[in-house]
Amino acid sequence: MRDQLLRVSVWRGADEGRLVAYEVPARPSQTVLDVVTYIQRRLDPSLAYRFACRVGMCGSCAMTVNGIARWTCRTHVERVAKNSAIEIRPLANLQVIRDLVTDMTPFFEKWRRAEGRFVPATTPARDFAKVPPASRERRAADAGIECIGCGVCYASCDVVAWDPDYLGPAALNRAWTLVNDVRDGGNSDRLRAVAGDAGCHACHSHQSCALRCPKALDPTASIAGLKRVAARATLRGEL
Amino acid sequence: MTARGEARLWLAQRAAGILLALAVAVHLATILYAVHRGLSAAAILARTRGNAAWLAFYLVFAAAAALHGGIGLRTVIREATAWRDRSLDLATAAFIVLATLAGWRAAAALFA
Repeated sequence: MRDQLLRVSVWRGADEGRLVAYEVPARPSQTVLDVVTYIQRRLDPSLAYRFACRVGMCGSCAMTVNGIARWTCRTHVERVAKNSAIEIRPLANLQVIRDLVTDMTPFFEKWRRAEGRFVPATTPARDFAKVPPASRERRAADAGIECIGCGVCYASCDVVAWDPDYLGPAALNRAWTLVNDVRDGGNSDRLRAVAGDAGCHACHSHQSCALRCPKALDPTASIAGLKRVAARATLRGEL
Repeated sequence: MTARGEARLWLAQRAAGILLALAVAVHLATILYAVHRGLSAAAILARTRGNAAWLAFYLVFAAAAALHGGIGLRTVIREATAWRDRSLDLATAAFIVLATLAGWRAAAALFA
């Protein structure tokens, strides 16, 4: 294994650019992030990429590996390399700043547009909110709460590719966790935000988000939940 | 379009879809029946002429198909082209009305 070389093609440039070939020694249990780090530290210090925690918590190292968006710190080379070759590109559906670094601003801006922040209910709390973990709402919120904001779902979504205004799986999943937060008081604004032109109704349920999510979340199910809640609100004249 | 408008369109398309699921099944069963029995056009018309139940069925079927297809067409156009403003909503409404009228005309021809 030690003498084997990986043939690695890495995107260099911005939206316009080219693939550059590198040779990287193969190592046991090597991750794709290890490969990128090796290139930057040993072969070409000008390579730009983003990472922080290296253990699958921060959501900053997502890239396109052999055509599929993945978290690179938890992706083992031996699982994705084809004939000892890997192609690494920046995430799709986002503008490239340089090399493997994309501008995540629109991605997080859509979380804001989807009212993805907690809004305290207007009545001041007199005590800690008691939320039974087994309640239906809490279980629905728990199912989507572990999102690390890596953008893999957003880069894998066909609807985002077709309609750049579409809020996308992560922002809608975030909205769904808040819709199910019994302490939250912002649901009427939130429903109006997520049921608009580029909101939950635009989802085709292709489920690429659920397939690719490194945390095994199911944003498609969250979006279906938003559709149900929006439909009920419409029938009651509350939307 | 407003969130309320989008949500109403979505609901209308789902409701029309449910109607279509039933109506298409009845329609296909009717076609199979007619083919297996070797019914001529005249024999079919003899059964539908003056039959208010068949008229009602095809009026609902045609309207549901126009509504379901029209709303879906609007979505496809919004995704595939840059046409997304109010004029698309008006064109969609016009399409639904025209398609419904065309379907109703055909249903009326079976009845009268």
